[in-house]
Amino acid sequence: MDEVADVVIEAGRIARIGRDAAAGLSGEKIRVLDVAGRWVVPGFVDLHAHFREPGYEYKEDVASGLRAAAAGGFTGVCVMPNTKPINDTRAITEMMMARGRAAAGPRLYPFAAATVGSAGEQLTEMADLRDAGAIGVSDDGKCLMNAAVMRAALEYARTFDMLFSQHCEDHDLTAGAQMHEGHVSTRLGLQGWPRAAEDVIVARDLILAELTGARYHVAHVSSLGAVRLLREAKSRGLAVSAEVTPHHLLLTHDALIGFDTACKVNPPLREPEDIAALREALRDGTIDCIATDHAPHSPLEKQCEFAAASPGMIGLEPAVPLLLDLVRDGLLSPMRLVEALSTKPARLGKLEGGTLKAGSVADLAVIDPERRWTISQASLSSRSSNTPFLNKEVRGKAILTMVAGQIVYES
Amino acid sequence: MSAGFRHNHLLSIRDLDRDDVNQILDAAESFIEVSRRSVRKVPTLRGKTLINMFFEASTRTRTSFELAGKRLSADVVNVSSSGSSVSKGESLLDTCKTLEAMRPDLVVIRHPASGAPAFVAAHIGCSVINGGDGSHEHPTQALLDAFAIRKAFGTLSGLKVVIVGDILHSRVARSNAALLGRFGSEVRFCGPRTLMPAEAAALGVTVYYDLKEALRGADVIMLLRIQKERLEGPLVPSMREYSRQYGVSQRHLELASPRAIVMHPGPMNRGVEIHTALADSERSVILDQVEAGVAVRMAVLYLLTKEVRAQTPRQAASDAG
Repeated sequence: MDEVADVVIEAGRIARIGRDAAAGLSGEKIRVLDVAGRWVVPGFVDLHAHFREPGYEYKEDVASGLRAAAAGGFTGVCVMPNTKPINDTRAITEMMMARGRAAAGPRLYPFAAATVGSAGEQLTEMADLRDAGAIGVSDDGKCLMNAAVMRAALEYARTFDMLFSQHCEDHDLTAGAQMHEGHVSTRLGLQGWPRAAEDVIVARDLILAELTGARYHVAHVSSLGAVRLLREAKSRGLAVSAEVTPHHLLLTHDALIGFDTACKVNPPLREPEDIAALREALRDGTIDCIATDHAPHSPLEKQCEFAAASPGMIGLEPAVPLLLDLVRDGLLSPMRLVEALSTKPARLGKLEGGTLKAGSVADLAVIDPERRWTISQASLSSRSSNTPFLNKEVRGKAILTMVAGQIVYES
Repeated sequence: MSAGFRHNHLLSIRDLDRDDVNQILDAAESFIEVSRRSVRKVPTLRGKTLINMFFEASTRTRTSFELAGKRLSADVVNVSSSGSSVSKGESLLDTCKTLEAMRPDLVVIRHPASGAPAFVAAHIGCSVINGGDGSHEHPTQALLDAFAIRKAFGTLSGLKVVIVGDILHSRVARSNAALLGRFGSEVRFCGPRTLMPAEAAALGVTVYYDLKEALRGADVIMLLRIQKERLEGPLVPSMREYSRQYGVSQRHLELASPRAIVMHPGPMNRGVEIHTALADSERSVILDQVEAGVAVRMAVLYLLTKEVRAQTPRQAASDAG
């Protein structure tokens, strides 16, 4: 729905919603938030972020990551298991969950590793991990290369109804790769990461997803070939899903000219035809949702020669203004944007929120699409500021974020 | 006019226009005489400090820069270091800051990572010269090659230049394509598809996979060293097959222009990419390239040092101090 309305929240839930739904309400125990002219949206849900705790707390920890999420309008964040140690055992999942509860901010949903140490050999104890709070499994950063292990992981994940998120990269095809393989990599003399390395894994995995019937999800789709494969699979009714990041929707490999390590991401920034395919797929639902792949790094990992730099950029706080640029350019409708940031990822992850329907949990955000602000070290809540949009003025901001009726961010 | 040289660094041939290149080559013409005298030294850079920072093994480039600096009377320090990364101790950023604190005037960087000299230039106050970075660029090599080509043909325009070998990993090929393309010569890349970078034609070259076709009418035949570790790997099956398909011998000269010259940036694998008789033939300008290397690097050092630009290169070369 897209209308001017009142949202009445009672005891952490949405009591009712509609024009004049709050008419006649008054009293000491009632707080009125006048957000006329702003957008009240179901809180955003990110299926893909890195909070670096345990192990790399100097880049981000659960508390700082959740603050960044709240400041970005997110009420739920799924965090990937490539911490140190890797989240492949119950104790680590429980520790993350405890940190999340203590932070009293957006909801934290760990992805556990699919294989022990994300080494691609032995399955993790997925039932135990699920009971501890993990909502899915992924070896993110590494692709599960062995097809037999992949098949078993999908079957086992399905047994316990866990989402399987795959980082689709044939590591043999990308050995030594630094950026997208194309005329820019040729010019810069950086080893290329060909689209084919993503496409061959997506193709294989879609066949295995069909075989196993698992809930299979493609993380950070970046290539037009992967989009084509997903479209074909979905046209046959396969229950597979996919996410795309804001940076893959907005930037091309041209951003690497000058060796800007802030633009080094994995999968890499590709070409205009990939961006066109990704945008179209996001519009028509071939790509279900937007995930940030929030990947904080300190200057240690970024202020260095390109080959030595770690891949990734932060995404939780820049997401709203960057994606609103797509809306303003007429490339994405506001309703589809909200669906892709909230309703759809919540449904895919079987998570709280994602709706403003009466009776549902009061996870929501208020967006001021006109608020101008500068992305800077000072304005970011994240511990890291590795983004090519640093020190750029942008338009649009979450100005209030609420989880279960509690305000967790306000500006 | 040397005073017009507008660059603080030499990082990429792409940053240079025709005038810049001509200015460097003209200055090198003056400096090549210095190396042929009995006293091979001019005082041009007296009191200046040049640091050669080599993160990758090199004999000829380092020696060439060292001699260039010394023949201009600069104080030259060579620093060698294997590799660089956060995990292996000091970061490149810290190395730069440390060097800067020693107040050099010029730093030459050779590094296995593409883009490393540009990174250093962004974080250091003095002039930075790219002495070869990864598979990206080797601008002074392209300049010395241009010097040798100009000497042979009197021009850098309208020539057909064939570069044969491991183009994929070659910074020499990229810098040469950029420089010779800028002057309107036709650059041809030749090698097996496994050693050709993606969309190589985007560099403004024509791509050939057949050596004989590539050599037809060529004025310049430039051969690249093929690394031993690339042979018998996943990209090339054997030295024997590579040599038979892409090794150039004297009989290939029949296909080329009658005035064709043969070049090689060195070090050569005799009998692999270049047959040994061809390397030693009168068509080979390989040792001229080496001689030009010192002069071109003297020219670059001279032009990048602001205070001495008021002198003309001829004055600088003739000044006995």
